[in-house]
This record gives sequence, structure tokens and C-alpha cells, in this order.
Amino acid sequence: MTQSRLHVPHPPARPGEKPDFSYLEIPPAGHEPRPDTLTPALEIERLGTGMVRVLDEQGHAVGAWNPHLEPEDLQVALRHMLLTRHFDERMQRMQRQGRISFYMKSTGEEAVAVAQAMALEPGDMLFPSYRTQGLFIVRGKSLVDLMCQCLSNTRDMCRGRQMPIMYHWAEGNIFSISGNLATQFPQAVGWAMAAAIKGEDRIAATWIGEGSSAEADFHHAMTFAAVYQAPVILNVVNNQWAISSFQGFAGGERRTFAQRGPGYGIPGVRVDGNDFLAVYAVTRWAAERARASGGPTLIEHVTYRAAAHSTSDDPSRYRPKEEWQAWPLGDPITRLKNHLIALGEWSEERHAALEKELEAHVTACWKEAVTYGTLTEGPTLDPVSMFEDVFHDMPPHLKRQREELRRLLAAQHAAAAAQVPDAEG
Amino acid sequence: MAQMNMVQAINSALDVMLGRDPRVVVFGEDVGYFGGVFRCTDGLQRKYGEHRVLDTPIAEGGIVATAIGMGVNGLRPVAEIQFADYIYPAFDQIVSELARLRYRTAGDYSAPVTIRTPCGGGIRGGQTHSQSPEGVFTHVCGIKVVMPSNPYDAKGLLISSIEDEDPVVFFEPKRIYNGPFDGDPHKPAVPWSTHPKGEVPEGHYAIPIGKAEIVRPGKDVTILTYGTMVHVAEAAVQLAGVDAEIVDVRTMVPLDVDTLCTSVCKTGRCVIVHEATRFSGFGAELSATVQEECFWHLEAPIQRVTGWDTPYPHAFEWDYFPGPARIVAALRGVMEAR
Repeated sequence: MTQSRLHVPHPPARPGEKPDFSYLEIPPAGHEPRPDTLTPALEIERLGTGMVRVLDEQGHAVGAWNPHLEPEDLQVALRHMLLTRHFDERMQRMQRQGRISFYMKSTGEEAVAVAQAMALEPGDMLFPSYRTQGLFIVRGKSLVDLMCQCLSNTRDMCRGRQMPIMYHWAEGNIFSISGNLATQFPQAVGWAMAAAIKGEDRIAATWIGEGSSAEADFHHAMTFAAVYQAPVILNVVNNQWAISSFQGFAGGERRTFAQRGPGYGIPGVRVDGNDFLAVYAVTRWAAERARASGGPTLIEHVTYRAAAHSTSDDPSRYRPKEEWQAWPLGDPITRLKNHLIALGEWSEERHAALEKELEAHVTACWKEAVTYGTLTEGPTLDPVSMFEDVFHDMPPHLKRQREELRRLLAAQHAAAAAQVPDAEG
Repeated sequence: MAQMNMVQAINSALDVMLGRDPRVVVFGEDVGYFGGVFRCTDGLQRKYGEHRVLDTPIAEGGIVATAIGMGVNGLRPVAEIQFADYIYPAFDQIVSELARLRYRTAGDYSAPVTIRTPCGGGIRGGQTHSQSPEGVFTHVCGIKVVMPSNPYDAKGLLISSIEDEDPVVFFEPKRIYNGPFDGDPHKPAVPWSTHPKGEVPEGHYAIPIGKAEIVRPGKDVTILTYGTMVHVAEAAVQLAGVDAEIVDVRTMVPLDVDTLCTSVCKTGRCVIVHEATRFSGFGAELSATVQEECFWHLEAPIQRVTGWDTPYPHAFEWDYFPGPARIVAALRGVMEAR
């Protein structure tokens, strides 16, 4: 008699155990051929199982995917990635000091957002996830604005309505971050469909983690993108961990996430997500394809979430503490820095000076941001503003509720004012 | 003016808006080449092309999500969900995304999406083709909820919905697509050509969202109702022989509290009728509002006549449907109460 058994995935290592990334097959840099951008999806299925890598162990850019960027562009990229990291570090510290309620770092994954934002055109529309703050930094959103959002202060772009890090930037063509994971994936496809309906050459790009690729939204996005050949780049950032669930719980044990693409008739490209040049090159390839009516591309970025999921998370309870040090694809910032040094376009001294400059910049931005208020210190937003923007025009029931709150607040202020002389007397 | 049934009136509204506004796109399952399972989009793809009127995959979540993306990119999407019973896969996209996009971005992003969806029973649809989930959507902040009861209102309200800056869920009571229905399934079908609201202008006109309509003036009791039940209530009033004022709510969000409560304060009695289930149904909100606004004018407890709190049963739909007999009993109840 046979009996079925449930397979419950286990990560290769838990706390106290030796990190083990032997499940990852990592081909040498320069190994993957670069097909023509309009090659049919099913002729390039191998791009979903291999891994596009450009930077080799010695810091040289090799192979057909080398985008041959100018050293100045690489220096700009390094600056954006370092700024992202310093910004993250500062905001994490500010959360620990109780100045903001919550934060999410992108440490170890900076190359994904920075390389992709640099590879796309400014008019292309980005539908971010919560760990792609590099998109805002590349497009030039000021750190002060991002900090003010995290502070829910008087300059908060969301007017105090969203948790920290749920930024948006309409002028910069960056959509709003949602706490409901993966919802932006099919929305980006709709945006791209509209661009095609209007006959524009703008494309959309969107990001989710490998964990939330299990949501139906992923399937909807892939289906609609494939059916209508929408000009969109669909990115799965496989950072190995979804809070405490390793990538096996999203189905990563048997197939790569990129391999899902060909099942829909969409090219799936797996890329070394810690290799700035590889991510840049693959994104350019996908963007060129989308703009030439070649349709969507699914990109899996293989990377590692070096930080905790969020400030509310403690990864030492579910994964080895030293896993990040054992991660075989290294640190994206170190790798780009070493490449620039190998080119003779960078040095440890310049790097140290840049770090110092960026840290001072982050400090100055924070000092300015808190002058617009914090969660606990003024100036503060007017609470009655919470009734605005529910609808374009405020309906009568909300006007009535706003008046009720206004009266309550006035009574509170009056009571507080009446207590002041007593306290002094 | 032309004679139209509700299907033709809805088709005409879409036709008018596709013709007037190049940003309008219409899509959903079977809406393109075939023209919709209820024929509401018949001929529109032929007239406006397949970039404006599209068939979609069977994925309601994907339909609403892509509508949001299109709305953000400057279009005015009109998405059809083939049956209101199928809307739940799109619930997260409607509730967490569409309804709150303007709010969460402090007005920087919004998506003026209209979701059309046929609702209600009495068509042998069983529990997956008969539901009236309007109350569920009235509990969500940031979407407008509309349900017309006749061709004239359907066209004018649909045009207003498409022109509205906010998302609208537009419920179409499918039992009255082809004619007003008085609640007696054994009578021969009556076409809309027999009803004054079957007269519909061919061009553009708008009926404001947020305005109820008194469809029958009266002095003894107010009936608050909408959709198919407007016609069932009219029949019940004849049977009961009471001088009831029937208010067609038409828009659940925003609610026209003034019209509703002015009527109840005048008559002093209130019966609320809807086809949807009772417990936490929209009638509960109506009842609470009337109690708050009209308490000192009430001569009798407010009564609700609704679908039973069970799924819509295929074999017993006329035992389930809140027909004229139940409305008559409620009317007599409030008239006799002292």
C-alpha cells in the first residue's frame, strides 16, 4: 500500500547551522550568450535557467552582456547605491531611536533598483515594491522628501496616511507603494496596455519579491502581459527570504522564477542581481524589446536580503546570522567598486571620501526633514485633513464627520488651554 | 427620444461616451467581438475598434488591476465583471487599491474606473449568478455605488459614472434588463416600451450621482428601495392599498440622506426593501440613518424586507425572493403599529 506524504520545504540552514547555498548554480561571468532583442521567447528558454553575469571574480566586465558603460556612469551608479545604503542605515537608526515607526532596508539589493532605474528612460513608468528605494534616488527625489514621508510630517507627500516607506512620486513617474503585496504587478501591465493603446513609446516596469510571486496578481500580470504583448518589464527580486519563509515556499525549489516566463510565452531571464552591469544590460535588453513591440520580459534578480525584513523582524530566529557573509554573489557595492578600481577609475581613498560626503549629506537632509515635524514633535498635520482625498469632491457624510472631529478637537484645545493657568498657579 | 430596454440604454451610454471621449475604453470577458453575454456591448468593437473595446482573459482580479493601471495612465476604463457573483477575485484590487489610491497618494494618483456588473436573482441563476453584493462595496471608503432601476436612469447614471473622477461600481439588476418586473414570475414578461422610463434620449445626458428619486409620491409610509425592487414595491403598494411614497435610492454611496429622510419625516413610517440578504445588508445602514434623522417623526418601528440570510437557492428562488406578499405584510405591519 502506498501513502502520500506532504513535502514541506526546509531551507538549507537554520540558526546555528552552517550557511549552505549549494542549491544555487552559478555559471561563470560572461557565460550566457546575448540573443537578439526580438528573439521569440521559446527560443531563449535557457536564459531562465542560466544566469546573466558580467563582472568576474577579478572585477573585470566580460562577455556578450557587457553594456560597455562609461566610467563616469559607473561612478554615478556607485554613488546612487552608496547613498541608498547610507540612507537606509540612517533611517534604521532613527527607527531604533523612536523617531519613525517603521523602516525597511534594501541592503545587499541596491544594484537591482539603481541599475534598472538608470537603464530605463525618465518617461518610463515604475511600479515599485517596498524594497526599491533606489528608484527614487536615481530619479532624483530628494532624501528630505523621502524622510518627511517616513516622519508623517507636514511635508509628507502622503499627508500622514501611509506607513513609512510607502512613497510615490508622480512628477518622477514612480507609482505609489502598496502594503498589499504584488497588486502593482498587474497594474503596471494595465499602464503599459494604455501606453500601447495611446501609441506612446513609454514602457512600464514593476517589481515584486519572489515570495509574493505566489499571489494571483503575478499570474494575472503574466497572463495579461502575454495576451496583449504589453510593453512592460516584470521583475521578480529573488532575495531568498520572505520574512521567515525561504524561496522554496514560493515554489523556487523545483524551477527558477525566471522559468515561469516561457510557460506564458514570455522570455524569462535570470540575472545576477548583485552585478550592476548584468542587471543594467538585461534591463536595456528587455526595454528595447518592449519598445519595439516585442512584448514583456520577466526578469529574476538573484540576490540576498542582507537586512531584516523590516524593523519589526528578527532574522536571527530563522536563519544563520552569518548567511549574508556566505552569500556567493557578494555585495553589489563592493563588486562595482572593485570593477571601477580594476578600470583605474576609482580608489579606496576616493571611496572613503565619497562615503564621508554621502553620510554628511544624509545627516543634513535629516536635520532639515525634522524641522517639518516628527510623529511626536510639531509642526503637525491638521487631523481634519484625513477626510480629504477619499473622494475627488467631499460628499455630505464626510463633511458631517469632519465637522464632528473639528468640534472635538476644538473642545480638546479649549480644555487644554483652560488647564494652563491652573498649572502655573 | 427612443424606446430602449436597459441593455440598449447601457449600450447607448457606452456608445455615447466612446464617441465623445477618446480616453474611454471598454473591456471584460466576452465584451468585444461577441458583445457581452447580456449584449450590453453589442456592436461597439465593430464601431470603435479593438483598441477601445476589448475581450479579456477570465481573471476579474486582472481586469480590475489593469483598469487601475490604464486609469493611472490617463484613460477612462469601463470594465465589465460578467456577473456580480464573480467580482470577489477582484476584491483586493477594488478595496485596497482602486478605492484608496487617491487617498494614499494625497491626490497625486487616481484611477477613474467604472466597474459595470449585473446583479440580482430571479433568472434561475442559483447561488453563483444571483447575488446582490452592493452592501459589501458600500462599506469601502472611496468608491461610489450605483444601481439604476430603469433604462432612462441606467443611461444617465452610467454616463455620470464614466465622467466621474472617482471609481464607481455600477450594479445592473439583470432581472429588469428587458422589462420592469413586478415580482410575479408567473405573469407574462412586460417590455420596457410599456414604461415611461423606457423612453431614452439617444444623445448625451447625465443623471447626477448621489440623488435619490421619488418614483411614487404618497403620504402614509415611505418605502426606501432600489433596483428591481422598485417595481416590486410599486406592485405591492397597489395590492396593499396604502398611499406609500416610494423612494428609489439609485445611489448608495454617496447617499441622498435629505431626500430619504424628508420623505420619512413626512410620512412617519418606513419600510426598507432590497433583494440582498438582511444581516449587515445596506438596509441596516438605511434603517440606522432613518432612526438617527427621523426618530421623533416615526409612528412605527422601521421594517426591512430583504432576501433571506441564506445563499440564493436555485430550486426555491421564488420562496427566497422578497416578493410583493412580504412587502404587503410589512406595509400593513407599519400601518397597524401604534
